[in-house]
Amino acid sequence: MKILVPIKQIAVLDEDFELLDDGMGANPDFLDYELNEWDDYSYEEALRIMEANEGVEVVPVTVGPEQADDALRQCLAKGGERGIRVWDDAVEGSDPCAIARILAKVAEREQPDLVFTGTLSSDHSFAQTGMSLAAYLGWPHTAVVNRLEFKPGESKATVHRELEGGVEEKMAIDVPAVLTIQLGINEPRYASLRGIKQAKSKEIEVLSHEDLGLSDEDVGVKGSLSQLRRMEVPEKGQAEFIEGTPAEQASRLAEIIKELKGAA
Amino acid sequence: MSGILTISEHRQGELTPASFEVVSAARELKAEKDQKLMVAILASDPDKYAKQLNLEGVDEIIRIKTPEEEFQVDAYEAAIRELIEDRRPSVALVPHSVDAWSYAPVIAVRGDYGFATDVFGIRYDGDDLVATRAAYAEKLHMELGFPGRETVLLTVRGNVYKPVESEGSAEMMDFDAPSVVARTQHLEYIEPESGGDVDITQAEYMLSIGRGIEDEDNVEQFRELTDLMGFTLGCSRPIADSGWLPKSRQVGQSGKTVANCKVYLALGISGSVQHLAGMKHVPNIIAINKDPEASIFSVARFGIVGDLFEIADEMKNHFE
Repeated sequence: MKILVPIKQIAVLDEDFELLDDGMGANPDFLDYELNEWDDYSYEEALRIMEANEGVEVVPVTVGPEQADDALRQCLAKGGERGIRVWDDAVEGSDPCAIARILAKVAEREQPDLVFTGTLSSDHSFAQTGMSLAAYLGWPHTAVVNRLEFKPGESKATVHRELEGGVEEKMAIDVPAVLTIQLGINEPRYASLRGIKQAKSKEIEVLSHEDLGLSDEDVGVKGSLSQLRRMEVPEKGQAEFIEGTPAEQASRLAEIIKELKGAA
Repeated sequence: MSGILTISEHRQGELTPASFEVVSAARELKAEKDQKLMVAILASDPDKYAKQLNLEGVDEIIRIKTPEEEFQVDAYEAAIRELIEDRRPSVALVPHSVDAWSYAPVIAVRGDYGFATDVFGIRYDGDDLVATRAAYAEKLHMELGFPGRETVLLTVRGNVYKPVESEGSAEMMDFDAPSVVARTQHLEYIEPESGGDVDITQAEYMLSIGRGIEDEDNVEQFRELTDLMGFTLGCSRPIADSGWLPKSRQVGQSGKTVANCKVYLALGISGSVQHLAGMKHVPNIIAINKDPEASIFSVARFGIVGDLFEIADEMKNHFE
């Protein structure tokens, strides 16, 4: 059996940053890139199934430019033999639904039994890609899974869905399925030095949207359900900042707290 | 296309607060451009909830009978999709809830509707609908448009719109849900372990720790400070996930809402949307963080940019 794990290399904005002149985003000079935190958990969950059973393959896939290979290799350093990356100029500007359409084509090629994505990504928090992918595939699906019991070959998995307020729902889901994985489902491992070294020579297949049988209308802005109009820096909150040395700050803070407690 | 549709959600026999918030968002939109406001409720016995949804500004309550009382993703998708195709609203608003995270993207993809999630601002620019949401971990906002889309589906962030409470004079309607094969089965709800020690929803004064405390060994010193101050210790998600504090101490969407809190001291908590959902209502939020751009400061009344260990150490001298 096979588990396909779509991952995302996210952009983190520096403390100081500038917007692009056209207001359509942050100036890339002020962005750092890293693997989305949620994807560390979804990949770990796939690896655990692989290790607990015979004949399970785990394949990470991403939609992103060449630098996203780093995120794939970060996964491959922990396990798995090959990765897939989809990119070409037409893909630029895709919203999560257009990304999902691409991932669905990859899934059709790879024929996995399960697809795990992160519940959301910490940059834009759409929480949209995994379930959109399920829609394109027409597969059973559920979001925010924080516990999974599954044996390869079985027709159902048992999952817990993390609901609001700390309540969980235990449910059964038909397989094949697309699950979005929540933080805390496991404790992701650290890659070994040996693993990191080996990952450098693992195969990453690079595909374009055309290789997957998609047209220009299917990807980028044209293939998206929303269009970016602009980005802006939100108005600052009204916080009064306490300045000074740590001792001075603590002293003022203690004063404020005592006042607030006394007044209440 | 005209009309605004909201989807109501319920769990364990109660309508969720977000169901009333989306009606509020819809009313604001209706005030901008007058159109019919429809509120849909899906349940095995929708009548049980329908009356409560008779809120000011609502024109029509649409009762949809589902085979099961519990949320079932395939049933919701099919029914809501068919309802949208039948009523052709210009906008459909659903809560940005865990349930909607499962069903909303699927409805949008199948219907080829305009779509955005976690929206906290909705307005018209001329005839065009514009949605505002966060970007780059809340450090920026993005505005999204939906050119050419007859229907736009939006999931609306919680705790942004004040729930509508006043009663209205809506008409009751019924809509037949299509039959579907359910591919998930509800088994049971699992309530969070109480942890036995404390109910943070009752606490008036809280000190919460986050990722910024760096190491499990550091929990103790903050516990000491919390006790000295007469506060209750809480935490953000990473601390509970790591098992450094019990889940019952977690503040946020998947933890607790600190409903009675008056002073909330956030140490080393960056302020994810999920965390803010559980505490941003607190009147006196004080945040200490090394990142001056941390979004916790956007809800704080007082802020300190600095080393929380140094400040916590100094604080102890004032509470002996």
